[in-house]
Amino acid sequence: MFSSAIGRSRWVRSLRSAAGFLVILAFTFAGLMAITFFIGRVIPIDPVLSVVGDRATNAQYEAARAAMGLDRPLAAQFVTYVGDVLSGDLGRSVSTNRPVAEDLRRVFPATLEMATIGIIIGVLLGVPLGVLSAVKRGRITDQLIRIFALLGYSVPAFWLGLVGLAVFYAGLGWVAGPGRVDIYYDGLVDPITGLLLVDSLIEGDLDVFFSALHHIILPATILGFFSLAYIARMTRSFMLDQLGQEYVTTARVKGVPEWRVIWVHAFGTIRVPLITVIGLSYAALLEGSVMIETVFSWPGIGNYLTTALFNADMNAVLGSTLVIGAVFIVINKVSDVLYRVLDPRSRT
Amino acid sequence: MSLTTWLTDDAPASRLQASLGRAYDIFTRLLRNPLAALGMAILLVLILCAGFAPWIAPYSPVGQDLANRLLPPSAVNWMGTDELGRDIFSRVVYGARLTLVIVGLVAVISAPLGLILGAVSGYFGGWVDRIVMGVTDIFLSMPKLILALAFVAALGPGIENAIIAIAITAWPPYARLARAETLTFRNAEFVQAARLAGGSHARIIGLHILPLCSSSTIIRVTLDMAGIILTAAGLGFLGLGAQPPLPEWGAMISRGRTFILDQWWVATMPGFAIILVSLGFCFLGDGLRDVLDPKSGDKS
Repeated sequence: MFSSAIGRSRWVRSLRSAAGFLVILAFTFAGLMAITFFIGRVIPIDPVLSVVGDRATNAQYEAARAAMGLDRPLAAQFVTYVGDVLSGDLGRSVSTNRPVAEDLRRVFPATLEMATIGIIIGVLLGVPLGVLSAVKRGRITDQLIRIFALLGYSVPAFWLGLVGLAVFYAGLGWVAGPGRVDIYYDGLVDPITGLLLVDSLIEGDLDVFFSALHHIILPATILGFFSLAYIARMTRSFMLDQLGQEYVTTARVKGVPEWRVIWVHAFGTIRVPLITVIGLSYAALLEGSVMIETVFSWPGIGNYLTTALFNADMNAVLGSTLVIGAVFIVINKVSDVLYRVLDPRSRT
Repeated sequence: MSLTTWLTDDAPASRLQASLGRAYDIFTRLLRNPLAALGMAILLVLILCAGFAPWIAPYSPVGQDLANRLLPPSAVNWMGTDELGRDIFSRVVYGARLTLVIVGLVAVISAPLGLILGAVSGYFGGWVDRIVMGVTDIFLSMPKLILALAFVAALGPGIENAIIAIAITAWPPYARLARAETLTFRNAEFVQAARLAGGSHARIIGLHILPLCSSSTIIRVTLDMAGIILTAAGLGFLGLGAQPPLPEWGAMISRGRTFILDQWWVATMPGFAIILVSLGFCFLGDGLRDVLDPKSGDKS
């Protein structure tokens, strides 16, 4: 009986924290929508004028304004906007003449593919570098890794992309140039997941797969470098915290081999906070891909957004902002919650 | 009595002497930290370039010379010339002015905004706190660059609008920081004494709480500078920031993009300037943190 009461209270608690999480998520989304709505309203371009043209009479103008719902109070307009967004209606893009939601579904996988490969590179290199830097604290290795990581905070992504293209594509010819796949392979593989590397494997088209790999490797590595910088810095900081603890000294005194002390004892305890860091940098990569995509003509959401910016295609701009923002928020909040769920100290 | 002994006096006779002494102490400790000293040197060069651009730059930053376009780096044109025959070195030197203006204005707008919001939020607590921190959290959990892009798209391209857009997205961390600091001493005795003495809320926040939040904010602002420079350059690169013919580094890289394969110097040279200055701020920020905030040590 006693244990069931405890069990129930745990249930209630996790249910309440889940509900609290959803409420916070809902509020953050509402805030995001309020911002995009606000941006949509402060633009100097008059949306009515762009529909009726500047030769329209006053009556025509007013009629169009009423038809677009712009004569209603702002709060009512916002409610309609939220309703539209929640039902997946982001308006129509004036440059592609398709619904923005449909456009975004088409371009998003390309960004996802690049960011995912980027984060894999960032984790595989960043974590060992961070650990190494902490173990060799204050030595030349540590200083070099720290400066290398600080470069990730100081190099403009678009510049590194251009230099990368000049060196590895034009100069050395190691990688393929801009775009997602060589032009003669374009459209050969039907999108199933939208991830070209996966789709070409599913359909067994190895030529396309290798061409796509050739194209993705440079932009993804550059993206990965930026997450590497953050991951290595944080890993170093977490590891230094642990290596100074008494249990590490105890383990060393007991004669546990050094690699075991580092990778099993100390590293074991920082896995949980590292997950949060990796989650955050994954979200940041989705954002950072905007610049990289422009440089590499990568047909992803970043390229879509910047193209829309220049065509004054406000629906597409706000739609992309909303989608990137939403993904960013979800990854952020989920890694936050994951931290609390996985950390044994919070399981009291 | 020499100036040094006056500055390092343990019993300062005036408030001025105490604060100057503290500044001197921080400065000497920064000088002993090699990376921080390097950071300070880089920023000093940046400030000198901005201040004395007309004397340092050998040519005009906007004067065109079509006979000498796209020349490689040489003794005459240290960084080569661009597609309109303008000397890239001169443009980079003048670009330091724009970078300083952008960084300075963003800091001047966003840091006080965040500080005041955070201090008010932490000082009053309750509903004020919940609302202000709710808004802060919403802004914090949003992608900064994308938000800045959307704001500039709405406001129209240009350097002023880029500054506004970056400032709008940059304040939330300062609010968080100031709130956390305020919470630790909002019930402290000196605050209660000030209240008993009849100090208004505005006076207590402005004169007693905000100064105590300033050192952690300065560290954070310095560390954020690199990000602000990169965002500003990114907006310039996309054509949304400074407009031609302004010698903004990001916009210069964008112009050189077309020639990257044959005339590499047009796009790469301004990039080196961006990297150098951002690194300078990172080094200085790290050093400031070690000096002003001994708790965190050199861990990150």
